[in-house]
Amino acid sequence: MMIKGILTGVAALGLMAGSALAQDRVVNVYNWSDYIDESILEEFTKETGIKVVYDVFDSNEILETKLLAGGTGYDVVVPTGSFLSRQIKAGAFSELDKSQLSNLSNMWKDIEARVDKYDPGNAHSINYMWGTTGVGYNVEKVKAALGEDAPVDSWDLVFDEANISKLKDCGVFLLDAPTEMIPAALNYLGLDPDSKDRGDIEKAGELLTKIRPYVQKFHSSEYINALANGDICMAVGWSGDVLQARDRAAEADNGVTVEYAIPKEGALMWFDQMAIPADAPHKAEAHEFLNYIMRPDVMAKASNYVYYANGNKASQELLNDDVIGDPAIYPTEEAVKNLYTVTAYDPKINRIVTRIWTAVKSGQ
Amino acid sequence: MSQKKSQAPKRSLGSKALIAVPFLWLVIFFLAPFFIVFKISLSEVAVAIPPYLPTFDLAEGWTGFVEALSGFSFENYIWLIEDDLYWKSYLSSAQIALISTLITLVVGYPIAYGMARSPKEWRPTLLMLVILPFWTSFLIRVYAWIGILKNEGLLNQLLLALGVINEPLVIMNTDLAVYIGIVYSYLPFLVLPLYASLEKLDISLLEAAEDLGCPPWKAFWKITLPLSIPGVVAGCFLVFIPAVGEFVIPDLLGGSNTLMIGKTLWVEFFSNRDWPVSSAVAVILLLILVVPIVLFQNHQQKLAEMQS
Repeated sequence: MMIKGILTGVAALGLMAGSALAQDRVVNVYNWSDYIDESILEEFTKETGIKVVYDVFDSNEILETKLLAGGTGYDVVVPTGSFLSRQIKAGAFSELDKSQLSNLSNMWKDIEARVDKYDPGNAHSINYMWGTTGVGYNVEKVKAALGEDAPVDSWDLVFDEANISKLKDCGVFLLDAPTEMIPAALNYLGLDPDSKDRGDIEKAGELLTKIRPYVQKFHSSEYINALANGDICMAVGWSGDVLQARDRAAEADNGVTVEYAIPKEGALMWFDQMAIPADAPHKAEAHEFLNYIMRPDVMAKASNYVYYANGNKASQELLNDDVIGDPAIYPTEEAVKNLYTVTAYDPKINRIVTRIWTAVKSGQ
Repeated sequence: MSQKKSQAPKRSLGSKALIAVPFLWLVIFFLAPFFIVFKISLSEVAVAIPPYLPTFDLAEGWTGFVEALSGFSFENYIWLIEDDLYWKSYLSSAQIALISTLITLVVGYPIAYGMARSPKEWRPTLLMLVILPFWTSFLIRVYAWIGILKNEGLLNQLLLALGVINEPLVIMNTDLAVYIGIVYSYLPFLVLPLYASLEKLDISLLEAAEDLGCPPWKAFWKITLPLSIPGVVAGCFLVFIPAVGEFVIPDLLGGSNTLMIGKTLWVEFFSNRDWPVSSAVAVILLLILVVPIVLFQNHQQKLAEMQS
């Protein structure tokens, strides 16, 4: 929740002030919610003596608002590629001192090459995780509503009124992120998902408005628990989050089976990058943290926990089979060809995008 | 004229200083921030820190200042007028605030009346009970309502267990939840001034009415209610004005389609990162709120004159 974010932010600031007095070495990390195995942070502190003040967000927009206001006090933040590129232009990040990052050699060249379009030369960031934006669904409930041959491998499940209207009663969540949902709608309409054309974006808005009555909530993190508890039967969400929901449901043994699908029409591929804000108060500690994260065993532990693919080639042999072997996490070469990426909107078109999004959400 | 002048006591330096304190307070904490917001509302979004242009750079001196001024425009205000979302937000905020205020009045009047008519020794305790919720954070109390109102929440479980309903009531994420939240949160602001004016009411008036054969309900209608109007007006303004700009309650309890200007402002600032437009929204919100605030001031002034 937004409010929760503000509260934890305030709490984090309090912690920072406290630890600064004690002259401890600290690193203030601002990462996505449900995005790390917390034991990694404890082990980092044990090894380096650097205390981690960890705070979470669930939208790129919130992160960007904070970064552009300046003086966040954070040392490591984790924006998604398209947002990162805009923030680099705004001067929000300092370049990485690669001499302090000996573990860079573990990184995966393929991913670095893809990230290059957001962060030329990977000068400001390292890849933390990457994944896709697809459809998570409750197998039993979707079959009950749409029959055995429900189009679970297609965006038809979401964007075809005939389907989504039948899922209304069991509950549908969409991500509260225009930069995820508008490309998905554009792609479904056969338009360029990275289109910056106002007319195209309005068409995507119309499609989303059409399915709006069947959507219970727009939220970017609550769907994990909602899917796992069986409160909803479908959510457009991020791959690893849905897979975490799948595991929570399996653990709870509550008769709920959650599955994740990368729809056959294609899906958004994104990269969450760790970067150091230009005004970070503890840059040396931030570099130490990034270097620690890039250790193969640490990265493997993180991926095994959050079910996202990472950009660390050396970690792959340490990954559990249900991670490296799952095409929903590490898609096959063939499937990757079907994925698309998007770039940042400039401020003028961004205003139109967010305006359309507000209209979609408020059902106006 | 000259006589009058000599009669007026000359203000001493001390009393001037005393008046200067609240003025200084207003200048620092109200006027200055307002001008900063107003200035941002005239600028343009940019990919920069902070995310708007132009910004003043003191190092550039006067010419830099003049140059920056020429970069200002009212474009953001035009955007606000052209886009009906904002008007809808303002109107729906006013509507939600008005309805909530009326409900608060209906709920709060009997409470204040009961308190004012209770035995004298109970009153401090009752007053305490009205103020007691303030001891817990407002935010936590609103969160508590989520626990009560949600589909699997306390209210639905209770009603289901009692067999009153078969299906859980959908209250969470609707306008109804927002009304409940506002009425609950602002009730003390209405009860307290109302209680103050009801308590002052001279009981002998009602006794006289009874002696003259007036039934109690008529005595209430003819005596108590008119005499409590100042308390009603003060209480209603104290509920209405903050409710118009309310953000926390519609955000936590309301649904995606609950339009309130506080929420629109938040989205504009945090999700859209559009500081200029959100500043323009804030300036207009302030202008709109000035109307009821001035009305309230006038009312209070008249009251003070009447009493003196």
